[in-house]
Amino acid sequence: MDFVAQLTLFVLAIFLGVELITKVPPTLHTPLMSGSNAISGITVVGALIAAGSDSGLLINVLGFAAVVLATINVIGGFMVTNRMLAMFKRK
Amino acid sequence: MHVSQNWIDIAYLIAACLFVIGIKGLTKPKTAVRGNLLAAAGMGVAAVVTLLNEHIVTYEVIIAGVVVGGLIGAVMAKKVQMTSMPQMIALLNGFGGGASFAVASAEFFRGSANDTVSIIATGAAVLIGAVTLTGSLVAFAKLQELIDGKPMGFPGMKLVNAVLFVGSLAGIGYLVLNPGNEAVFWGLVAAAMLLGLLLVLPIGGADMPVVIALLNSYSGVAASAAGFVMGNSALIITGSLVGASGLILTSIMCKAMNRSLTNVLFGVMAEAGEAMDEDEVYAGKVKSTSAEEVAMLLETAQRVVIVPGFGLAMAQAQHAVRDMADTMEAMGIEVEYAIHPVAGRMPGHMNVLLAEAEVPYEQLKDMDAINPTFEQTDVAIVLGANDVTNPMAREDKGSPIYGMPILNVDKAKTVVVVKRSLSSGFAGLPNPLFAKDNTLMLFGDGKGAVLDITTALKEG
Repeated sequence: MDFVAQLTLFVLAIFLGVELITKVPPTLHTPLMSGSNAISGITVVGALIAAGSDSGLLINVLGFAAVVLATINVIGGFMVTNRMLAMFKRK
Repeated sequence: MHVSQNWIDIAYLIAACLFVIGIKGLTKPKTAVRGNLLAAAGMGVAAVVTLLNEHIVTYEVIIAGVVVGGLIGAVMAKKVQMTSMPQMIALLNGFGGGASFAVASAEFFRGSANDTVSIIATGAAVLIGAVTLTGSLVAFAKLQELIDGKPMGFPGMKLVNAVLFVGSLAGIGYLVLNPGNEAVFWGLVAAAMLLGLLLVLPIGGADMPVVIALLNSYSGVAASAAGFVMGNSALIITGSLVGASGLILTSIMCKAMNRSLTNVLFGVMAEAGEAMDEDEVYAGKVKSTSAEEVAMLLETAQRVVIVPGFGLAMAQAQHAVRDMADTMEAMGIEVEYAIHPVAGRMPGHMNVLLAEAEVPYEQLKDMDAINPTFEQTDVAIVLGANDVTNPMAREDKGSPIYGMPILNVDKAKTVVVVKRSLSSGFAGLPNPLFAKDNTLMLFGDGKGAVLDITTALKEG
């Protein structure tokens, strides 16, 4: 993908993010943080490619570290968000 | 198996859409659980299609990493106490930053970054990712009280930070001209990690909510930078969504604390105005009360507002408070909770703590919603909150907290402040609220006082 297309995505996504997040009520700000944190674990995509490639030991070690960290982020983030939101749901 | 890159990219687009729809779900408590699940599904889609990528040839390392990371993440999510949520998020932010840092490093050593844009993006991902990693670890250690929460520093710290930052940028510049220089790369890594430590060490415990929100934003930006390196649209879009989210929360917290972001980051406290003498504020004007008197007052009330602070959560008194509120509601009294944005240790923290005690979220009102209603409130009960109720923020132009948004509890007909003593809060200021004509002080342990009031209500 060329740089300008990437930059376009980046800038538009920031505007979208601002529009979305300002609508989240203060009551849900903590789950929003843990949830958006889990989403930032999307780096797992890059981690998987590095861990599974055949470009040498160093790459695989870095890939392994990245997969572990990103998976903690994803699994821990979504699970703890779910735990918090479940408390808001019950009446 | 070989799948065309177009199909993989379309799957990433679907994942990004699921994230957006998921965050949109978080705008209402009713749809929030589903929103979170949709976002998780998006992550599942992104991860699964990635496994079809043509560069992936072995799966052993991947499986090992996913099992280890998944177990650690699941245990953390199950075990963490709600009062410790800020530490948990700080740690997760750090791991997110660390993952982006590791991914960018792997790309560097693979030699895939060879044009100017991808080298700059690699450098940015390493710099921001490593700062997020070590900075979050310091924030975690401070919140978990593994190290002293007080600001720490040494003379010339700002200069050292400036040198590290400029040095990192120069290192990235050097790599653009001489791609693949490993010594410079490791220098960049070391400088960025040290910078993360030194940036968070001088920030005091009270300012940690801002730091966590900011590191949250960094972890998103780091992911986005990693996306530029790999040319991956899912990472770019998602990273910038999270980056924007963290920035908005940062600015909300700064506003609520009446601090500018630069003041928080550089550890500048507000200029102290003329020192206010505690004796002058309180002498002969503070009226003390008992749980029985408060119960009698509540019996005739129609509307009561409870103002919880973090002291309440530290005393594990949320359930006792809900009990008291339930008792009042059974007597036909309208009860609401006034939540200041910095009532807990991070944005929205107090809401989670009260939700855990099964307080219905409809009763939790944020500052802007509750402030106009204090004049129609018979009794406001302040529990473990101090600075966020200090009327000096509204009235005294010379006060260091002047301009900070507060809960206008003093407008209620009667204010009951439950507190151990007249000691000051984080701001170190006396609170004229305690000496107002319509304020009654109930001295003692917060949980004990609440239990006593509840008992007196039930007996009365």
